[in-house]
Amino acid sequence: MRTWIEKQLYLIDFALASLARKKAKHFGLLLLFAALVFVLASVSLYTHALRRETQSLLAASPEIVLQRLVAGRHDLIPPGYLERLGTIRGVQKIQPRLWGYYYDAVVKANYTFMVAPDMAIARGEIVVGPALMRARGLAPGNGVSFRSYTGELFTFIVGDVLPQASELVSADLVLMHEADFRAFFKYPEGHYTDVALSIANPQEVKNVAKKLLNQLPDSRPILREEVLRTYASLFDWREGLMLALLSAAILAFVIFAWDKAAGLSAEERREIGILKAIGWETGEVLSMKSWEAILIALAAFLVGYLAAYLHVFHQHAFLFEPVLKGWAVLYPRFALPPHIDGLQIATLFFFTVVPYVAATLVPIWRAATIDPDAAMRL
Amino acid sequence: MIFQPAILALILAAVLSLAMLTGAFPFAVQVIRHWDVTSGSERQLMLERRTYLFSTLVAFVCLLQLFSTLLYVFTADKLAVMFVGAMCAVGSLNVNPFGFPTLYLQLSIFFLAAIWLVLNHADNQARDYPLVRIKYAYLIALWPFLAANLWLMLSYFLALKADVITSCCGSLFSEGSSALAAEISTLAPLPAMAIFFGGLLFAIGAAFWHWRLGGDFSGYLTTVGAASGFAAALIGILSFLSLYIYEHPHHHCPFCILQPEYGYLGYALYLPLFAATASGLAVGVLRLFSRRPSLISIIARLSARLAGFTAIVFLLFAVLSSLIVLRSRLYLFS
Repeated sequence: MRTWIEKQLYLIDFALASLARKKAKHFGLLLLFAALVFVLASVSLYTHALRRETQSLLAASPEIVLQRLVAGRHDLIPPGYLERLGTIRGVQKIQPRLWGYYYDAVVKANYTFMVAPDMAIARGEIVVGPALMRARGLAPGNGVSFRSYTGELFTFIVGDVLPQASELVSADLVLMHEADFRAFFKYPEGHYTDVALSIANPQEVKNVAKKLLNQLPDSRPILREEVLRTYASLFDWREGLMLALLSAAILAFVIFAWDKAAGLSAEERREIGILKAIGWETGEVLSMKSWEAILIALAAFLVGYLAAYLHVFHQHAFLFEPVLKGWAVLYPRFALPPHIDGLQIATLFFFTVVPYVAATLVPIWRAATIDPDAAMRL
Repeated sequence: MIFQPAILALILAAVLSLAMLTGAFPFAVQVIRHWDVTSGSERQLMLERRTYLFSTLVAFVCLLQLFSTLLYVFTADKLAVMFVGAMCAVGSLNVNPFGFPTLYLQLSIFFLAAIWLVLNHADNQARDYPLVRIKYAYLIALWPFLAANLWLMLSYFLALKADVITSCCGSLFSEGSSALAAEISTLAPLPAMAIFFGGLLFAIGAAFWHWRLGGDFSGYLTTVGAASGFAAALIGILSFLSLYIYEHPHHHCPFCILQPEYGYLGYALYLPLFAATASGLAVGVLRLFSRRPSLISIIARLSARLAGFTAIVFLLFAVLSSLIVLRSRLYLFS
């Protein structure tokens, strides 16, 4: 075993020296390979970070949101509707919610107006999200006017700005007092937008949802699990689509790598010929050449992955952001927490190193089985 | 199908493996028909050269299969969020009838490829390549496995459909989706422990015997021992080892132990287990050819070394499992 390891170390040493002798030829390959890894790794790091971010955000959302449907469309919850629910075992809290959208012609953006359930906000005051604050140039204490859908003008004082940390969900949020909300939208008394239910035992969620459907056949319960699943498959889909599109680039690279490996220069042929003439076996030449390919692949993978890491987590993935993130007028500004995932690295490895090594196997074997005399005669 | 990068990578690996073996197919037929080591003809020279290529290709396929088995389990684990009722890999593999057969086939391909590599190693050391025909017939026999693997994998992944919210209906459960069986029926801990340690002891004993004393009979026994040790280890992991790792009396999942929450203990268990089983299985297969004149000393040395490796690694596995049981805060027995 020890002799085997020593032999491999010498072969690696030889391969490194041989790579260093032909810098120009291998540098181009390395650069191209690293660029390919960089693009693929950026896509996968970015979507993965987005996926994690949504997961951690949704972790705090209610287990079930209950909406009422009329003719298949979302409708208000009328008074007395909740009483029909009665008590369902397993439900910790039933919280009717009030929220709506408001189009602000000044910045041409949609805001989400909401009555904060667990925050005391005085009448006439609002608490705004950070993106909205930037868009309208607001600060705590400023007054801001909105023209309601009835044409009336309402003026509010900005009481506070929501913290930056929650920006991904609160970018366009305006929190206000219930009475202000009802007055602004002329919202009928006793009506609510939807209902949030918290359930203690995650295994009960489905049963509770079934009971809700039984008692309120016109309702639509939306489970947190479903929302998570939908987001996860959405991001997977985006990532998969990018990778599928980029597979053309992988294929092009594989052809390039095959060509590079197959095109042995006269000098390389002579080198192999000499090695074999001085007693190297075909197997040893094969190992040495394979080490060359493996070293290039690993170096390119490392360089490309590192560059992608910096690109995504320090430069905000400026190259792919528009495709992967989606868009909105009041887009939240957020820094994604750096995260590396083993499965993701393994997948990337399969996409880049495996095709490369596979493409170089045959040319490497061709080179290793050259007859020494034929090689030296050239 | 779920459009997932890891799924695309797995399909790529399966296609690549099959393509490589398909490329080797005509050559294998040529070797079986025309191989003649005493001849100095051009064809023989060409065949001898090509053997280098194909042993490298198969080594590559073997490694690829090992990694894709791991990737397959991971992917199944990660896909669990997509299906109502699935908690981990067991749930997602149960989503359609192709999930588990694909896993079993991947594992068997890994073991078969590992045995081929050992045969190839022994054969390359002998002056007259006595096993060349057998090796290439073996390769042809491996082809249907890889083809079936690709077919099963595609069937599994293409039939996967994530349970996501659609615009017309938000509530999936109302369609009455069947609950997925997430639990595997298992043995009671005490008999399972007896089988586990008994099987491992048999595997270690047989391998140790062959390592020290050699002989055909102990070689075959090592193979039987490795197979039963592997089965016993899986039974043990399912029925009690997982419980001790999760410190939960009802959680039997053999895949969750690969998760970071459990300190990646799964790798420390599965990787040695697979390595020991593969080398133990190869011992008996090698002994089948121990009478070939040019292989007598080579096989004696190689099979003893493999048996030694098998014995030591199974022993490590047993020690690690015992430590897990002893250090766990779960008590199945008072």
